[in-house]
Amino acid sequence: MAGFVTQNFIPVKIHVKEQPKTFERFSVQWTPTLLVVDPAGSERHRFEGYLPVDEFLPQLEMGLAQAAFGRSQFADAERRFQDLAARYPHSDVAPEALYWSGVSQYKATGNGAALGETSRQLTKQYPNSVWTKKASVWAG
Amino acid sequence: MQISWLKDADAALKQAAQKQLPLLLDFNAAPM
Repeated sequence: MAGFVTQNFIPVKIHVKEQPKTFERFSVQWTPTLLVVDPAGSERHRFEGYLPVDEFLPQLEMGLAQAAFGRSQFADAERRFQDLAARYPHSDVAPEALYWSGVSQYKATGNGAALGETSRQLTKQYPNSVWTKKASVWAG
Repeated sequence: MQISWLKDADAALKQAAQKQLPLLLDFNAAPM
């Protein structure tokens, strides 16, 4: 995991007792909180509370995908969301990744069929996920 | 491999802009 972090992020550790003002600056109220912030300073992803490695890594990948989405790099974002959902299908963020892969594909191509297909895929793979409910409006 | 954590968010943002990498900010209360 250290290699993944070093290759993909500029890592910063902020301790509550040393830098309380930085907690305020980023509206952090609880620890641990992890933020993925793009190079322009915009927050792209946040997760709070301890996570085991098999959930932590997918969250980091979600941050990278959201950062690409936030830069309007929709083809790259779609690839990242798809990879995440494929590599960590049992992680808590997999259905969210699938949802956003559909959105990214739609944003990249303007093809509304991508949303309907995403809704069907979510219904099949994650019938009880809130992301499946969110995508249900796309089902034709 | 160890992670070389920075402590200065503003300095890290400058590095992020230079390298075009996102920041990973870890807010914690663990003993140092």
